[in-house]
This record gives sequence, structure tokens and C-alpha cells, in this order.
Amino acid sequence: MTDMARGMVIIGAGECGGRAALALRELAYDGPVTLVGDEPHPPYERPPLSKDAMVSEAPEIKAIASEAILAEKSIRHIHSVQAVAIDRAAHAVRLSDGSVLPYDKLLLATGSTPRKLPMPGLGPRCVYLRTFTDALAIRAHLTAGNRIAIIGGGFIGLELAAAARKLGASVTVIEAQPRILMRGVPAEIAEIIHEAHVAEGVKILCGDGIVSIADDGKQVRIALAGGQELSADLAVIGIGAVPVTGLAAEAGLTIDNGIAVDAELRSSDPDIFAAGDCCSFPLAVYGGRRVRLEAWRNAQEQGALAARNMLDTGEAHAAVPWFWSDQYGLSLQIAGLSDEGRSTVRRDLGDGAFILFHLAEDGRLVAASGIGPGNAVARDIRLAEMLIGKRAKPAPEALGSQAIKLKSLLAA
Amino acid sequence: MNDWVEACATGDIDEEDVMRFDHGGRTFAIYRSPDDEFFATDGLCTHEKVHLADGLVMDDIIECPKHNGRFNYKTGDARGAPVCVNLKTYPVKVDAGKVLIQIG
Ligand SMILES: Cc1cc2nc3c(=O)[nH]c(=O)nc-3n(C[C@H](O)[C@H](O)[C@H](O)COP(=O)(O)OP(=O)(O)OC[C@H]3O[C@@H](n4cnc5c(N)ncnc54)[C@H](O)[C@@H]3O)c2cc1C
Ligand code: FES
Repeated sequence: MTDMARGMVIIGAGECGGRAALALRELAYDGPVTLVGDEPHPPYERPPLSKDAMVSEAPEIKAIASEAILAEKSIRHIHSVQAVAIDRAAHAVRLSDGSVLPYDKLLLATGSTPRKLPMPGLGPRCVYLRTFTDALAIRAHLTAGNRIAIIGGGFIGLELAAAARKLGASVTVIEAQPRILMRGVPAEIAEIIHEAHVAEGVKILCGDGIVSIADDGKQVRIALAGGQELSADLAVIGIGAVPVTGLAAEAGLTIDNGIAVDAELRSSDPDIFAAGDCCSFPLAVYGGRRVRLEAWRNAQEQGALAARNMLDTGEAHAAVPWFWSDQYGLSLQIAGLSDEGRSTVRRDLGDGAFILFHLAEDGRLVAASGIGPGNAVARDIRLAEMLIGKRAKPAPEALGSQAIKLKSLLAA
Repeated sequence: MNDWVEACATGDIDEEDVMRFDHGGRTFAIYRSPDDEFFATDGLCTHEKVHLADGLVMDDIIECPKHNGRFNYKTGDARGAPVCVNLKTYPVKVDAGKVLIQIG
């Protein structure tokens, strides 16, 4: 028998943990809910940190729930404190301030952390972007004429490059791969983003590795394999993220590219759940293939799903992955996993906007990647997402023809 | 102040669809439900102020194009993350094939 007064404990007060806490109350759970986070802020949205919000004079947090709302909902938020150990037998978590929190059910929503560049010579002018605190520190350097080197041509680096240009900084992006956005973004779309950056004055160096970095605290000197050398006032490293699994691993939970959970987001301990960036889970739409997603909507949906399953709803994860990015006036959206595709059909939407539909060998729609000005691709990507969820096999001619509404394919 | 303003012709909006309408420096979204009724709300999402008319209408829900926030366009109620602030709604009437909205 569990003691109901222990309640629900959530470790990690980010997108996923915050949403999970709110969801527990929306589900009318009336026991104690405790949200533990090592950042000093209430749960907030990370995507604005690398986008337009960065550009404002005094960037502010975009809170998911203010301290007042958390208090109103009787969600206890313990901030600036880390969870350091889980005692599974005693059903309790030990915190860095020495206190111990007993739980009935525990949710690990510890997120991910920037992958560190494994290289000597890094110093105070070599930084990463994950938190609001990181963002403020970077923002202070994004002034006209300052030279910003961005190591890694992924989404966070490129979005930050766009923001830095808007503020008048000079920006160089260094990418070791032959092109930017190698992972998950089709070359046709990456090319458009590349061109947009070049047109805005960003220098992009692809296919060139870094051989050395020297940071004397005032400037960073970077030597590339191709012989080029550049100096920068700040180097932002954006080479991917790794799941935060230390706490779970030490507690003996199964780790497999993240905290391994089942379709209900339950870890190898039935009273401990994991959700969001920190977990790997079986993705039903692709035959249960185990994946880990670093995406905002996934963190939201999994937070809410974990909350339901902590209350024993027994509901399986069934969502289709979805991701977006904004750079300059362009918006990109991707539904599904494009690496599941074997062939591609293009649909033009006007104004340069287009969608690539990715089809599996058997004709099943498995992903859709779109780019265009404003929200030009949004509606069709959303419809594609529903078609993917239904495991539909739409005729390629219909997908390619602007004259045929995608909504009509959904009804078929 | 409480005048009825002509927004569009009934035929301008497909069933289960949405249209943008700008008036007096403000933006509205006009909806035609699957059962052929018309509705109006503020045109910008309460999450990050993007045009809802670029979104998708399904039954009585408008889904925001930017991050898929959902609202019931008949009541304005926010229906799930990331939106939490409701939309303002406006009275609508149809007269001689025109859709009129009352902008308060
Ligand atoms: C700059 C930036 C831009 C992004 N842009 C987009 C975008 O455009 N589109 C998109 O889909 N996704 C985007 N993402 C990804 C998205 O923000 C993440 O997928 C999402 O935040 C994951 O939520 P989470 O709650 O799982 O993890 P997080 O938001 O990382 O939250 C985890 C929290 O747990 C805390 N924590 C970890 N361990 C402990 C511990 N032991 N004790 C206490 N607290 C702990 C962490 O400090 C953190 O606050 C972006 C991310 C970043 C950083
Ligand atoms: S702008 Fe509408 S959901 Fe974010």
C-alpha cells in the first residue's frame, strides 16, 4: 500500500515537468505535487531563447506557469536545487540541500544538456545555449560589429546566427559536415536556409573541422583543418545535446540513448516515469522503433501523457513527432521521421513555399518537411501529420498536385 | 460603436474553414463550421500573436499554425498547450449572402 500523502514528485522544472504538474491538477489529482528544478526560474519556454526574443533589448522569460499560478494550483515549486539521488526502495528523492522528498510516483523530466566540444583550449568566451541564463550571457555579446563564431550548423546555432545578424553582429558558422542541418532536414530545404543566411551576410563554412581553439578570455582564435584561421569575440557551441540521465542511471534504471521507457512512459521501475528530452521510447507510428526526441511539442505531450499514466490511465503514446524552426522570415516545419522515407514527392504552395512528402517503400506517408515564408506550410504539414498518424498511403500524384486539397485525402 | 461590419460573402469561406478579416487596424478570424454556421474571433493567437486564419479548422476547433495551440472558435476557449489565454469572440449574422460581425 502506498501512502497517498506522499504524492507526485517531478524532477526537472522545464517544458515537460511544468506541463506534467499542470496536467496533474487539470486531471483533478488533489494530492501533493512537487516540482523540483535546478534553475532559479519558474518553468519557461526554451524556443524563444535562440529566436526573436533574443533580439529584444531586455529579453524576458516566457513562463509556462508563473510562481503565482503554481501557488494557486498548490504545486510546490522547489527551485535552484538539484535532485541528487533516488532511493527506490524507500520511494524518496534526496536533494542537494540535504532534504528528502518521499513520493508515490516519480517523474524524471530532466531534459537534455548541450554536447560539449571535446577539445582543449576552451575558455570563458566559449559558451553553450540551453538556459535563460545562458541566453542573457550570449545576448550581452550580440552587439553591432562584434564577431560571433557559431560552431555547429544545427537549428540552435542557425537561429542564433539570424538573431545575431539582426543585432548587427558579424557571424561565421562552422560546420564539419558537408552541409548544414544534416540530421533530419532534406538537402533541398537545408539549401534554402543556407541561402537565406548568406543573403543576410552570415558566413557559412561547411566541411571544415576545427583543429584548435585558443580562448584567452578576451577573444577566441579558431584554426580550421583547411588552413583558415578566424578570431571571434564569442564562440557559441551548438553541436547537439545529450540526455540528462545521471540520476536515473545511478538509481539503476535502464538507460538506452536516454532513460528507457515503455509506451506508457514508465521506466524499468514501475513507479518511476520519464518524459521529454531525457527519455527514449517506442514510437508506435513506426512499428515501435525506439527514439529519443528533442522537441518542444513532444515534451509537452509527453508531460501530459506521463501525468495521466501516473494516475494509472494506461494510455499508450501515439503522437507523430513534430518540429519547427524560424529563421528570418522563413518557417520550417517537419512532421514524422524523414529517414523512414524511401522516395519523395514535392508539392509547391506558391511564394516559394513547398513541402516534401516522404514515402516508405510500401507507399505509406512517413514524414513531411516544409519551408516557406510566414506560416505558409503550417496547415498542410498539420494535415500530413494526421495522414502519417493514420498510416495512410495517399497517391503520390495527389500529394504532388496543388489542385487537390490534402484535407480531402484525410477523409478518404 | 456596436455597428455591424460586413466581413465577406458567405461563399468566400469554405465549409470547415477560416478567413482573415482586417478592419479598423484590427484583425479578426471568420469561421464557417462543418454544419454551415458562421463565427468570429480575434484574429491573432494569444500565445505569440500569429494569424489564426493560416491555421486549420476541425469541427469546432481552430488550430494555430505556429505551434498548434487550440481554441474552440465558437466560445473562444483555449483548449490545450501552449495556449492558455482565451480568444475574444464576436456576434455574427448572415444577411443577403453577406457575413456581418459586430465589433464591440
Ligand atoms: C535554444 C533552444 C531553442 C529551441 N527551439 C526549439 C524549436 O524551435 N522547436 C522545437 O520543437 N524545439 C526546440 N527546442 C527544444 C525544446 O526546447 C526541448 O525539446 C524542450 O525544452 C524539452 O523539454 P524538457 O522538459 O524535456 O527538458 P528541459 O526543457 O531541458 O527541462 C529540463 C529541466 O530539468 C532540469 N534538471 C535536470 N536535471 C535535474 C536535477 N537532477 N534536479 C533538478 N533539475 C534538473 C534542467 O536544468 C532543466 O531546467 C529548443 C531548445 C533550445 C535550448
Ligand atoms: S502562436 Fe499560436 S500556439 Fe504559439
